[in-house]
Amino acid sequence: MTVKLMQGNDAIGWGAIAAGCRFYAGYPITPSTEVAELLSRELPKVGGKFIQMEDEIASMAAIIGGRVGGLKSMTATSGPGFSLMQENIGYAVMTEIPCVVVDVQRLGPSTGQPTAASQGDVMQARWGTHGDHPIIALSPTSVRQAFDLTVKAFDLSERFRTPVILLADEIVGHMREPVDLPDFKSIHIFEQQVTDSPADYKAFRNSPGDVPPLAAFGTGYRYHITGLFHDEVGFPTQRLDEVDPWLERVNTKLDKHLDEITFLEEDYQEGARVALLSYGASARTARHAMKLARQKGIKVDLLTLLTIWPFPEKQVEALGERVERIIVPEMNLGQLAYEVERMVGRKKVRRVVRANGEMVTPQMVLDAMEN
Amino acid sequence: MSNQDILDAATLKQDDALIPQSGWFERSETLQKLRKNKKFPTIWCSGCGIGIVMGALIRAIDHLGLDNDKVALVAGIGCTARMPVYMDFNTLHTTHGRALAFATGLKIARPDMKVIAIMGDGDALAIGGNHFIHAARRNMGITALVVNNAIYGMTGGQYSPTTPLGGRATTAPYGNVEPPFPICDLAIAAGASYVSRSTVYHALELDKFLAEAIAKEGFSVVEAVSYCHTTFGRFNKLGTAADMLRSLKDNSIPRSALERLTPEERAANTKIVRGNFVNVDRPQYTQVYSNLVTRVQAGER
Ligand SMILES: Cc1ncc(C[n+]2csc(CCOP(=O)(O)OP(=O)(O)O)c2C)c(N)n1
Repeated sequence: MTVKLMQGNDAIGWGAIAAGCRFYAGYPITPSTEVAELLSRELPKVGGKFIQMEDEIASMAAIIGGRVGGLKSMTATSGPGFSLMQENIGYAVMTEIPCVVVDVQRLGPSTGQPTAASQGDVMQARWGTHGDHPIIALSPTSVRQAFDLTVKAFDLSERFRTPVILLADEIVGHMREPVDLPDFKSIHIFEQQVTDSPADYKAFRNSPGDVPPLAAFGTGYRYHITGLFHDEVGFPTQRLDEVDPWLERVNTKLDKHLDEITFLEEDYQEGARVALLSYGASARTARHAMKLARQKGIKVDLLTLLTIWPFPEKQVEALGERVERIIVPEMNLGQLAYEVERMVGRKKVRRVVRANGEMVTPQMVLDAMEN
Repeated sequence: MSNQDILDAATLKQDDALIPQSGWFERSETLQKLRKNKKFPTIWCSGCGIGIVMGALIRAIDHLGLDNDKVALVAGIGCTARMPVYMDFNTLHTTHGRALAFATGLKIARPDMKVIAIMGDGDALAIGGNHFIHAARRNMGITALVVNNAIYGMTGGQYSPTTPLGGRATTAPYGNVEPPFPICDLAIAAGASYVSRSTVYHALELDKFLAEAIAKEGFSVVEAVSYCHTTFGRFNKLGTAADMLRSLKDNSIPRSALERLTPEERAANTKIVRGNFVNVDRPQYTQVYSNLVTRVQAGER
């Protein structure tokens, strides 16, 4: 392919097409709407389907229904719509239906500032739906990463039968960069392989750490899917000997595969006493601050998290052992910093936060290094 | 199977009724569409009308000769919405009010399947009211089966959008002050291709309406008027399940009979009107979209 100038939201749309997404349902909302616009134009060309639903609750429901019917499915939204999707995101967790939910974060709470950037949905992505549950959230820092992580989001959602949140932000979504996208044919996504006969098939088989393959409706595998606690074939159950194994399997299904789920970039310097840790648009601030610091001869580590959830505990803990101070710039009042503090202790962490729609500046980060 | 065959099959004869006799369950191929590996009994109170609707639905599907693998039942949350779990099809029990939104995604992914959304009145018209009118407007190829018991059954008898004015409910202890939604009128106004109403007393009529609705390409609605003797009936002193069932017989009138009345009599009618109200052919959503895909792929802009 050739180098093209495109914005992050377009790259997300192309990433979906490349990953084999063939169904999009959504409701327009700034700053995510370009994803829908691109897919309404491109999906029919590849035999896919697009629908604009009546709201985000319906959008989330429709993509789950679409995936139950066998189409890889995605929706895109921003804060207010993401809030509306939460109940059905929990349904996708409970029923283990793969799907990708793009949240191009904007300033909240409420209608907030629709065109202003934010990273205020970090905790909503983790805990927005009720009940304990595993979740994967990936956060791009550039247009190219928006493409790559969308592809990854589809792969992980299929592999682990879980909703995956692509936690983008207004800056990455609307920023234009020259990108050279890979040949879509070179992209491979995990495909479900159902080997059991319909009579033996158990859509929710409980072997620990296992992710049973998902059969699509209409393919001869007739079974029951419910948001209630269910047994291995999908029927509602209140028996603890059936509920407990489900809880155990689903709440640990990511644990053994963290290495395959955790994407990050480490730029470490021997002898550094301070580290910058960031993600999304703020990671660009952190990188800039790192360059300025190194120009001044200050040694500094940079850790950019592309996977936010599950939180990369091991790597952050290790970073805490390397340095005396970890600076966490982010466009909220310290949502990811909570997690860093949990791993390395509050004393080591310096929050550099801004929740007014403006980016954290490199100077704010430098100041935090020096004081 | 052509559409005409389906419609012919849908015209049921009285003799086709399944009258319980010994060995009837085993002998009935129809009832074999219930799930053998699912533990019965159902969660419904004894005397509940929902089971009658389930029987009608099974008979309708059976009469149409549909392949079980090509039928999906999608339900929301409520007593009514528990129906699919007992039936041997592709069954999706979703979130409260959202059955039609899930069903929309499924129908788009599998236009070859018959998708039937099963909802209570609260499910379909309160929390799910927006999805109901939009599915009708789009003429999505889904059958919406609404069991109208005029109350929130599952949560214990709160008033619903179809509770009659003055009716008592746990959240309307002094009588309901809100007028009810006429489900069929709403469906017609929103653009449904097929709209019928019957009651659980008139089970065979329900069979026929459901078969016609499922055979329909576009969005079809069947309102099955039922009752909840354990909540609404008790609060409003309407008697036993049998009393409430009988009152559906006494307090309903076929559309054809209504039309024979004088205009004054018609205006004064307070009985439930049973019958088919709309049966038209409009372009069905997934067909229209598939034509769009063909056009776009041919290079049209
Ligand atoms: C989002 C949400 N709100 C509320 C409920 C609680 N709830 C469960 S069923 C129900 C109403 C059921 O009434 P209806 O839809 O008329 O069906 P019925 O039980 O009478 O068949 C409610 C309010 C819920 N499950 N989810």
